[in-house]
Amino acid sequence: MSRRTLRKCINGAFLALSLLATLTGLACLAAILWTLISHGIAGLSLHVFTENTPPPGSEGGLLNALYGSAVMTLLGILIGSPIGVLAGTYLAEYGKTSRISTLIRFINDILLSAPSIIIGLFIYELIVVRMGHFSALAGGLALAVLAIPVTLRTTEDMLNLVPTGMKDSSAALGAYPWRTTISVLYPAARSGIVTGLLLAIARISGETAPLLFTALNNQFWSNNLNAPMANLPVVIFQFALSPYKEWQNLAWAGALVITVTILILSVSARVILALLQSQRGPAR
Amino acid sequence: VAIIDPGHAAKQLILERIFRSATMAAAMLVLLILGGVFISLVHGAWPALKHFGFSFVTREIWNPVTDQYGALAPIYGTVVTSLIAMLLAVPAGFGVALFLTELCPPLLKRPIGVAVELLAAVPSIIFGIWGLFVLAPVLQRHVQPWLIAHLGGVAVIGPLFKGPPFGIGILTASVVLAIMVLPFIAATMRDVFDTVPPMLKESGYGLGATTWEVIWNVVVPHSRAGMVGGIMLGLGRALGETMAVTFVIGNAHRISSSLLAPGTTISSSIANEFTEAVGDLYTSSLIALGLLLFFITFTVIAAAQTMLYRLERSKGAPA
Repeated sequence: MSRRTLRKCINGAFLALSLLATLTGLACLAAILWTLISHGIAGLSLHVFTENTPPPGSEGGLLNALYGSAVMTLLGILIGSPIGVLAGTYLAEYGKTSRISTLIRFINDILLSAPSIIIGLFIYELIVVRMGHFSALAGGLALAVLAIPVTLRTTEDMLNLVPTGMKDSSAALGAYPWRTTISVLYPAARSGIVTGLLLAIARISGETAPLLFTALNNQFWSNNLNAPMANLPVVIFQFALSPYKEWQNLAWAGALVITVTILILSVSARVILALLQSQRGPAR
Repeated sequence: VAIIDPGHAAKQLILERIFRSATMAAAMLVLLILGGVFISLVHGAWPALKHFGFSFVTREIWNPVTDQYGALAPIYGTVVTSLIAMLLAVPAGFGVALFLTELCPPLLKRPIGVAVELLAAVPSIIFGIWGLFVLAPVLQRHVQPWLIAHLGGVAVIGPLFKGPPFGIGILTASVVLAIMVLPFIAATMRDVFDTVPPMLKESGYGLGATTWEVIWNVVVPHSRAGMVGGIMLGLGRALGETMAVTFVIGNAHRISSSLLAPGTTISSSIANEFTEAVGDLYTSSLIALGLLLFFITFTVIAAAQTMLYRLERSKGAPA
């Protein structure tokens, strides 16, 4: 074999392997979605949305778990996102190049990839041990801690995308930085910041580990933030590993609901971002 | 009429101070959270660390009945599952990134990129039930018997593939982890490959190099730091991943020579046992496991970030 043919063969082999790797990745996604749809549709009925989680061996729904997940996700976003947005504002507008900002950025990126179970243990020590019992509030706080890094990162990036000219014009009119931020920068970066919120919701609504020992679970409907509350991920965890057919079916239905919700959130966040970038051109 | 109203200016100044302090406080909270995580874990782990001392990390025993706890089996499980996952996911992630940057028809670039990112958005509990009900039976029926038959007798690596095909165990957990970190590695590598100046690649092609030769001799050397950063970021995810592993690892507190046997990891031990733990020493030992995980992942992620930051800075500088 000539050297030229050999080089061509090596080239072809590696490119084929690269194609194979991509197809494998796509096949995994397809397999997971297919499993969820085929198992989930069977368990999906109106009862899932109208009845509470059943005792072992009987029919029921996921209403209290869906409600609990919604409440705790909302709580997490309401507490976490203002902190994330304000901190992102500080990094983008006030402390842009200071040493402490570099440190905060670094720590934030670590929190962004830190294992969520560690955050669960942190809130357990901080809240659950002090209060003496599990509660929806503790669950919401754990989710808030997970939401902060996501909103912080997107807010800073989006504020940096706002053209400097707009900021300068506002300053030239005599506005203080706070006025510029609220009246000029936030409106200009609004859709970007909203995208950050969507990503944060997508991130925290599927989290299971931090809720295991903060919100725990509850078989019944509960409106009390100071008591354990049912939530979809922990119910899926408990029901999927149970020996009861009815529970397993509900677990699959719940898994389908949660995945579809999160994928829709992620896709819309990405669509908004893509639109933004095509409007403004590439970042910086 | 005065054009500048002194009262108005003073009010503005106060509002400015309030807003500035609020943003600063929020930013400082990020530092406080990390500090708080560390302090609360040390506080919770203290009884176990005091009781067992250094032997906590060197003993394999984990017995709630006699109140004896050692972290060696979970540490072993965490390290081994993550390493095997990286062994599978790094070449695959490299392949996907390469496909997306160099081979993919422009029309498909976006949809495939989004699909890979969606794989990263799927919650870990979904990987868990999929792994338990779909992947584990497939591995048990088709892959593991083959491994036992063909590799079980080979010298050195043979013991790794001995014993019955359980389905759930270290190997299955590793495969699930590999699928979960693949999108992270692929996305980071793709972004790094995109920063290679087209001029460099075209020079390679101009000299008559094949696509692979350009990738191996131009793209890879140029993006080495970023690739390592992406790999470490994936490793950090794999080390701390909880729910997916909890479903498929089998939760056995022992170290088996075989990769097909059930095991446990730090995070899955905590997830499985924490709410059932009775007794202060049991709970404290589980929190001590959490502290270990915190140290391990913190180190890996910090190293990864440092590498990626250095890359970003050099990207800003003129070539």
